[in-house]
Amino acid sequence: MAALAAILAAFASLTLWSAQPAGAADRPDPVAEAAAFRNYFVKKFPEVKLEEFVNGPYALNGDMRRQWQEIDQFSPYEFSLEKGKELFATPFANGKTYADCFPNRGVGIRQNYPYFDASEGKVVTLELALNRCRVANGERPLSHVGDAMAALTAHMAFTSRGKPFDIKIPDDPRALEAFENGKRYFYTRRGQLNFSCATCHVQYPGEHMRAEVLAPALGILNAMPIYRSEWGGMGTISRRFTTCNSQIRSLPLEPQSEEYRDLEYYLSYLSNGLPISGPGARP
Amino acid sequence: MNNTVSSKARWRVLWLALILWLLGSTASVVAAGSESEFKSAYATAEAAEKEAGRLRNQWTVTEAALTKAKKAAEKNDFDSAIEFSMEAERLAKASIFQATSEKEAWKNLEIR
Repeated sequence: MAALAAILAAFASLTLWSAQPAGAADRPDPVAEAAAFRNYFVKKFPEVKLEEFVNGPYALNGDMRRQWQEIDQFSPYEFSLEKGKELFATPFANGKTYADCFPNRGVGIRQNYPYFDASEGKVVTLELALNRCRVANGERPLSHVGDAMAALTAHMAFTSRGKPFDIKIPDDPRALEAFENGKRYFYTRRGQLNFSCATCHVQYPGEHMRAEVLAPALGILNAMPIYRSEWGGMGTISRRFTTCNSQIRSLPLEPQSEEYRDLEYYLSYLSNGLPISGPGARP
Repeated sequence: MNNTVSSKARWRVLWLALILWLLGSTASVVAAGSESEFKSAYATAEAAEKEAGRLRNQWTVTEAALTKAKKAAEKNDFDSAIEFSMEAERLAKASIFQATSEKEAWKNLEIR
């Protein structure tokens, strides 16, 4: 009798489970997703310390790491960093500076970007915030893929070095939707080569793509902006996203389009807790 | 005799001229047809690429093929222009297929 009751109870619970609305099982749970994401990389690279993932390919390849450590004695991004510091402090025509637009006058805040702006219902990245600051003070916006923007973000990242990413997803369905849109963009195959972001940075990190060693997606934005030897200069997150698209023969979207902003939001959130290491340097 | 030969030769020359004229006029008809064919092929490719754009999934190679088609047409090389237009159409259609199938397929890659 007891056994029969147990079977009935199990059946009832199964029926109840299957009777849940279809959407309930698919409801996004960013906390669980971030844990699963992290777990995937930790299992894939058990010898790599968690906080080391922010160093991209250098965390996965010993030879590259040694070369990078030697190069970093005279960091290739030093000039850009200096320029960024100078630009950040240079007053606009109205006498104000970037510092007037940011909390804590722009020092040590990189880890909080991008954030979800409830008033406009959209994700705001650091690049976007910098340009909005310029426009609000009567200046022309900078190119999101240009050297000046890279220099400014390099300076701001440098003041946040070591601080863990702290991206918030507020209790707002639009924020959750932005996170979901970023995820969809990340996993969607595109371009003639039929690659998604995940193809390189989830399926094949540590493997060679021609001369490049692919970076893991975990911690990938912590090092931004980056100096790339391939570019011969610094590049912003926008530059990285658009060139990634071109490399797989997909026509890049406009920098700071909603898709890219959501992608940055998604990836940054997944790296919460990992330290900012930017500006970085890559081959 | 000489007159007869020369008359035959004259007829041959006339026939040959007629054949060449006919061939020439046919060729010009083909060329004119090519231009309209190009316009039609290009419009079809452009429409497909526009649809790919609506799906936010255009490919660089499609854009390159469209540019090549236009450049070839500017040089009156309509055979190449048509070929590039058709290539652009094929690529655009492939990108549309990719965007459509990825609406659900992306979930297969997701880390859970």
